[in-house]
Amino acid sequence: MTGLADPTVAILLTGMLVGVSASLLGSFLVLRGNSMLADAISHSILFGIALAWLLTGQTSGPVQIAGAALSGVLAVYLIETLTRTRRLRDDAAIGLVFPALFSAGVILINVFARDVHLDEHTVLLGEIGFVWLDTVTLGGIEVPRAMLAMAVMLVLDAAFVLAFYKALKLATFDPDLARALGLAPGLIFYVHLSLLSGTAVAAFDAVGVVLFITFVVVPPATAYLLTRRLSSMIVLAMILAAASAPLGYAVAFWLDVSIGGAMALATGPFLLLAYGWRRWRAWQQARAAGGLQSPSASA
Amino acid sequence: MPGLLADYTLQNVMLGAALIGVISGVLGAFAVLRRQSLLGDALAHAALPGVCIGFMMAGAREMGSIMGGALFTGVAAALLMVALTRNTRLKMDAALAAMLSLGFALGVVLLTWIQRRGGASQAGLDSFLFGQAAATTRADLYPMMILAGIALLGVALLWKPLKLMTFDPDFAAVTGLPVQWLERLLTAMIALAVVTGLQMVGVVLMTAMIIAPGAAARQWCGSLLGMVVLSAVLGALAGVGGGLVSALAPGLSTGPVVVLLATLIALLSLLLAPRRGLIPAWWRRRHRRSHTSTDRILQTLYELAREHGDWRYRVEQGAVDAYHGMITEPQLSTLADRGLVVPAQHMPDEGRHWQLTETGVAHAAEYAQRRRRRFGNGA
Repeated sequence: MTGLADPTVAILLTGMLVGVSASLLGSFLVLRGNSMLADAISHSILFGIALAWLLTGQTSGPVQIAGAALSGVLAVYLIETLTRTRRLRDDAAIGLVFPALFSAGVILINVFARDVHLDEHTVLLGEIGFVWLDTVTLGGIEVPRAMLAMAVMLVLDAAFVLAFYKALKLATFDPDLARALGLAPGLIFYVHLSLLSGTAVAAFDAVGVVLFITFVVVPPATAYLLTRRLSSMIVLAMILAAASAPLGYAVAFWLDVSIGGAMALATGPFLLLAYGWRRWRAWQQARAAGGLQSPSASA
Repeated sequence: MPGLLADYTLQNVMLGAALIGVISGVLGAFAVLRRQSLLGDALAHAALPGVCIGFMMAGAREMGSIMGGALFTGVAAALLMVALTRNTRLKMDAALAAMLSLGFALGVVLLTWIQRRGGASQAGLDSFLFGQAAATTRADLYPMMILAGIALLGVALLWKPLKLMTFDPDFAAVTGLPVQWLERLLTAMIALAVVTGLQMVGVVLMTAMIIAPGAAARQWCGSLLGMVVLSAVLGALAGVGGGLVSALAPGLSTGPVVVLLATLIALLSLLLAPRRGLIPAWWRRRHRRSHTSTDRILQTLYELAREHGDWRYRVEQGAVDAYHGMITEPQLSTLADRGLVVPAQHMPDEGRHWQLTETGVAHAAEYAQRRRRRFGNGA
């Protein structure tokens, strides 16, 4: 029980890996104004997870992760197709697609897969407290399976962002220019969302599909309030997400509540603090600008 | 079947499901039209901590206080969203996703707090995640009826201002309507609808009950009143159907069944609705294409030439396309093969042009005369 398979180490490291990889990809989503796609993808992968489980009897493993991630991409494709018919707006298309895929997943589990490893509550809430129980031996070292999956996804995500940083940046801020330069922003978009789906599938064991959204959106949104540079926004978001894991773990340990829930919730205070700081700065600037002007008038 | 319908639990389930369908259908119609479909999603997820707080305050699974708590945290999350988007650079999507997921995380923390302290009395709180129709008691129905009644009364009393605000918010503001207050009221009423459905559909899937009936009704109706009424009917249909299926097949959560039914209704509406449906639209295009004869297109060229008093008048192909509402290239090629029209010289940056040949003019004139004889002066 030493090293990476130690419960505390396993839980903390897995939580931090989830936070860091989710906020790395999430930064671009928040900047592009597509945050609700995180909601759609992370709910929709349940359908893929249930199908992969039915076909292979496993929920983890590279094939299962890739297969289940396809249902996240399917959701994005369906949303785009529905929007293109111009009979529905994009918000209604999102809200029509992901509950349906999620429901189909829940029903598949209800009907076929009453099992300790896969019931709809685990999928929704995750059980990071148990990640150290399921380990694989890698080069003589015992590694929790969920941690290994998250580490692999983080490497893939980081490699993608580093390799295509310029293209991603341009596709995020000026898709038209990116298209004109022959950068295929549509393709980059789909690769980005495929990786997000894969990361969500790898993370669902630990934090479940809904809490995953927190790590995708909240740390990047917080960082967005604090900095104007893309690179520093991403780094700051990853630091905040990584800091939320031990913070949440401490709270969960102290109050004896869900660890995954507490880790996700721990990203919230940072957002509130950043919001408070922004408001305070706006108030200061207003006071400096016009001595007699009341602060609320220019806020 | 009569014995089945008289069953006390089933009566409760069907009554409750119909109630939820009507209320979420009515408010969902507004949410879909105002592009606020996902507001219901955020409100529903953010209602989970309220469910737990209500439970803790009452000390038992008491619907009145649970719904009160859910309403409170749902509205609080909505206010935070407005504050985030109004006062910072964050856009609505990020605010929605942040409040949705943080609210749900708080709910999960509170849920486990109760579960690890409560012993047996917490049984049934889990059902708020996915909904459990069979657990509905007659006593649960009364607070649902009250909430639904308040929301429906609100819509009825505020019908005119809500309608104006939905279709033309700028004009509504100019006429002196308190648009901001109306928006907050509408959000609160959507929260009422969401809270009404938590027991049967659950926090995760209540969003579909807000969106699917409204999106379906939009395809069939051109007026707000018709859309709201139809949306309520379709919502009730999905609710009652799903409630029945899940009550009769133990082990199936109610929420997913209701949602799949509602989605099916929405998809069928998208495909089949007479005016906006995709299949009727495709059929009309096809019909028009096969029934617009080459003669009619020749006639168009002829009429244009006559209007301009120039038999050699050149007509741009794009203009013919636009006039007939279809691609006329195949028909024009046929006419060219028959020697009735010829492609005309045009500037390199202009579209393709066509002009009549002498045979074409004679042919078109004869056709016009034939039509006049058949249809009188009208043609």
